[in-house]
Amino acid sequence: MTIKETQDELIEDFSLFDDWMGKYEYLIQLGKDLPLIDDKYKKEENLIKGCQSRVWLHIDYTGNKVIYTADSDAIITKGLVSMVIHVLSNHSPEEIVNSDLYFIDKIGLHEHLSPTRSNGLLSMIKQMKLYAFALQSKVNN
Amino acid sequence: MKFFMKNDNIIESTEFKVEMIRKDFPLLTTTVHGKPLVYLDNAATSQKPWDVIKAIENYYAHQNSNIHRGVHYLSQLATEAYEESRKKVAQFINTAHNHEVIFTKGTTDGINLVASSFGRKFIHSGDIIMISTMEHHSNIVPWQLLSEYSGASLSVIPINEKGELLLDQFKSMLNKKVKLVCIAYVSNTLGTVNPVKKIIEISHQYNIPVLIDAAQAIQHLPIDVQELDCDFLVFSGHKMYGPTGIGVLYGKEKWLEDMPPYQGGGDMIKTVSFDKTTYNELPFKFEAGTPNIEAGICLANAIAYIKNIGFDQIHRHEHELLEYATDELLKIAGLKIIGTAAHKASVISFIVDNIHPYDIGLILDKLGIAVRTGHHCTQPLMDFYGIAGTVRASFAFYNTKEEVDQLVSGVKKAVRMLS
Repeated sequence: MTIKETQDELIEDFSLFDDWMGKYEYLIQLGKDLPLIDDKYKKEENLIKGCQSRVWLHIDYTGNKVIYTADSDAIITKGLVSMVIHVLSNHSPEEIVNSDLYFIDKIGLHEHLSPTRSNGLLSMIKQMKLYAFALQSKVNN
Repeated sequence: MKFFMKNDNIIESTEFKVEMIRKDFPLLTTTVHGKPLVYLDNAATSQKPWDVIKAIENYYAHQNSNIHRGVHYLSQLATEAYEESRKKVAQFINTAHNHEVIFTKGTTDGINLVASSFGRKFIHSGDIIMISTMEHHSNIVPWQLLSEYSGASLSVIPINEKGELLLDQFKSMLNKKVKLVCIAYVSNTLGTVNPVKKIIEISHQYNIPVLIDAAQAIQHLPIDVQELDCDFLVFSGHKMYGPTGIGVLYGKEKWLEDMPPYQGGGDMIKTVSFDKTTYNELPFKFEAGTPNIEAGICLANAIAYIKNIGFDQIHRHEHELLEYATDELLKIAGLKIIGTAAHKASVISFIVDNIHPYDIGLILDKLGIAVRTGHHCTQPLMDFYGIAGTVRASFAFYNTKEEVDQLVSGVKKAVRMLS
């Protein structure tokens, strides 16, 4: 599935909920369902500090695919993180660099990407793209 | 007065009074995510009454001019209003002289001023600056910076599990090397009201001056700096229903006279030549540059508003809310209040089981309830309790019991969703 297709699928999933409570309950469920990161990767180097919640991001690169795993100490952030991972993981650096992440906005959760939220999500996405960009440059050179 | 009596009829009249007060605060009638706003983040900043909002408009419409240097009419008008406000502040906290009131940008600015000016003159290598475990970062970091370049060190007064200062330990820590004691009057995270008068008394027995961080006290308690006998006291306008960007540093005349200026620039000089500059008298010596004139003037309106309600009524109402909210919140299974001191202002920090405070805050926000979550700029205090953060609800005199009920049902809902 392409990055776009995965995003569209998530948008469809969320369209089932017509109020914030349904959306949040689904997000919380996503957060609970996914033990996202091996505890050994929950180390200082992998920590993205938000003022409010913390996010750990671990990155592997094999066979021209970037594999992201991540976790957060706050469950709603974890739900958001799991969706971003689901969308971007297992793609080539080029696909990731060129991707346009529109699904968070479309499902009405754009407020979580505000820098003022300082939940670590925005920094995590930046970090993911930056890493893919670095890999892409390496491959091209 | 009916307000203070306890029977069913009178409780109604209490509520009636609050409803009247709420009409003075336009933002309290707003809606958030389609729900009426329940504003319980007053320790971060308070809402503003029409009196203050209109005074700001009036300043720009009728008074705007630079102060202290103009020969023209408007400049005189603005200067008079600004200096009149200084007098109102001086009366409000009962200073011995009007020029002991230094206008700053806020509490943080006031502490930095003392750290810089008092520090340069009176703190030397080997000296000790004493703070407490419950201080806000603003009353920690300026002293750490000062310690770094002066070679002084910090010593920290411990607290008990309830969030109360250990006075016996404090006494045993005092010695000739301690050059300044800096203590919050009210803890922004725990709500603890510290026995500052006692702390000042004890410190003065050792001739140690005391700085009181009154950022969380000025809106809740009457403060008389001469009765307290504090050497410095700092607070912000925006937490006391006044404008943002204005604060006050009170300092005893003898200290302020002895301290070198903080910043150089206009207004703080008497004469300038390339060989030698002489400094202006108090308070202007510490007020370099064009200040926040509008906020300085309108701080007087906030003070008038508070005085008009009166601290007796403020305290009674806020204490009632504190007790009611404490009782009701504690009925929620797994909820633990962080900060259970015997003397508290209307601030409640809490955690629920292993639920992250940020998650609770997000759900409450969706319900229109504004609280603060996180470490509240008191990370060492969070380390003391071994937690990452709390949810903090802080009440003002315009909050109601119905809002407490909404908070409690909101927390219950959040816990249901997150467990």
